[in-house]
Amino acid sequence: MVREHYSKKIEDVKHKVLRMGSLVENVIEMSVKSLKDQDTELAKRVFTEDDKIDDLELEIEQDCMNLLALQQPLAKDLRTIATALKIITDLERMGDHAVNIAKITLDIGKEPLIKPLVDIPKMADRAQEMVKLSLDAFVNESVEEAEKIAKMDQEVDDLYDIVIEEVFKILSERKEFIKQGTKLLFVGRYLERIADHTTNICERIIYMVTGELREIN
Amino acid sequence: MEPKIKIRDMNFYYGDNKALKDINMNIYEKKITAFIGPSGCGKSTFLRTLNRMNDFIEDTRVEGKITLDDIDIYSKDIDPVELRRKVGMVFQRPNPFPKTIYENIVYGLRKNGVNDKQILDEVVEDTLKSVALYDEVKDKIHKSALELSGGQQQRLCIARAIAMQPEVILMDEPTSALDPISTMKIEELLLDLKENYTIIIVTHSMQQAARISDETAFFLNGEVIEHGETKVIFSNPRDKRTEDYITGRFG
Repeated sequence: MVREHYSKKIEDVKHKVLRMGSLVENVIEMSVKSLKDQDTELAKRVFTEDDKIDDLELEIEQDCMNLLALQQPLAKDLRTIATALKIITDLERMGDHAVNIAKITLDIGKEPLIKPLVDIPKMADRAQEMVKLSLDAFVNESVEEAEKIAKMDQEVDDLYDIVIEEVFKILSERKEFIKQGTKLLFVGRYLERIADHTTNICERIIYMVTGELREIN
Repeated sequence: MEPKIKIRDMNFYYGDNKALKDINMNIYEKKITAFIGPSGCGKSTFLRTLNRMNDFIEDTRVEGKITLDDIDIYSKDIDPVELRRKVGMVFQRPNPFPKTIYENIVYGLRKNGVNDKQILDEVVEDTLKSVALYDEVKDKIHKSALELSGGQQQRLCIARAIAMQPEVILMDEPTSALDPISTMKIEELLLDLKENYTIIIVTHSMQQAARISDETAFFLNGEVIEHGETKVIFSNPRDKRTEDYITGRFG
């Protein structure tokens, strides 16, 4: 094949994006598990895993810059590189949200939780699944999958509404829970943002495949 | 890593005209080094000093020192023909001999007294494979090389250079006479060949230098303005003149 070396470099970028995505899936799971189990050791591991995500982001950005500067990518190659550059920003931000959740785990420490966590882990499951599926769609270059995943965002938003209602109800009865309650609201917000970032990824996949820039949701 | 070729305080003259000024450069083994710069900046002249092709031009003179594996290539003990066997060359226009594909490749070997058919057959097959031409020409290797397309002829010329088992291959704008697809094939070939050879290429296409080289040197008015890693030269050059040239703002 002509330009085999160049094609391999683009494939390498895609593989690195996938690796970054699976690290992000992992930190989302770890952060919410650490909160649910009040496991501060696990929360601290989220920080070190997030450092790996940050390093990988810089590495992928450098690879993309080299491809842009040296290989004159055009058409789909150009869109793929532009997509990778955008996706890694979203992934990096998701990692930061997981870190924020892990920080809340540390803040709460061993203080008893004001309620058993049910919907927050559900939100995390959905968000994590969205990340995984969006990266599958990236590899499969599937517009259909990307559109389907973006629709899942509504489920996360609905769960977030339930979390808000529930926490508000507890706080209206027990003012002394206001500190922890607010933190749990933030956790809900972080997970909701993670799902939104996945929607951004889906928009970029559609752009990569079709060349069409459009908002979903 | 020890450089394969070292150039120290080198000046080159056409008569009284100093065409290259104070060149100092290291060229590393099994890398592709590209020379870029506007026409008349001295890059081809410099390339030809590396296998003493300028010896053929009257009233030219070299000052300074150029070593290949630490041996001074301008020393009196050096046989230029022997040097050119180690430092092969491919030119701008494909220049196959008006002979068969087979005889083009074995030409240098025959000149050196190798006539064993089995050896020559092997060399022909191996070199055609290494320039990715074998599948295209295997049924016509005893036909005239002039029947090949321009791109195929250029790959044949590279095969002819490789048949002599050189250590360094100099290329003077090897794709400027070729169409884009043939150009890409040659570039892909060079990326494969650098596993075994040190390649130095003069190119008018900055994009080509960017795509395939590990190191790039920018020449201007007989001087090396900047030389370094290709990805640095093309993304963050140190010298404003390099930046102006590669971004098309030159002059």
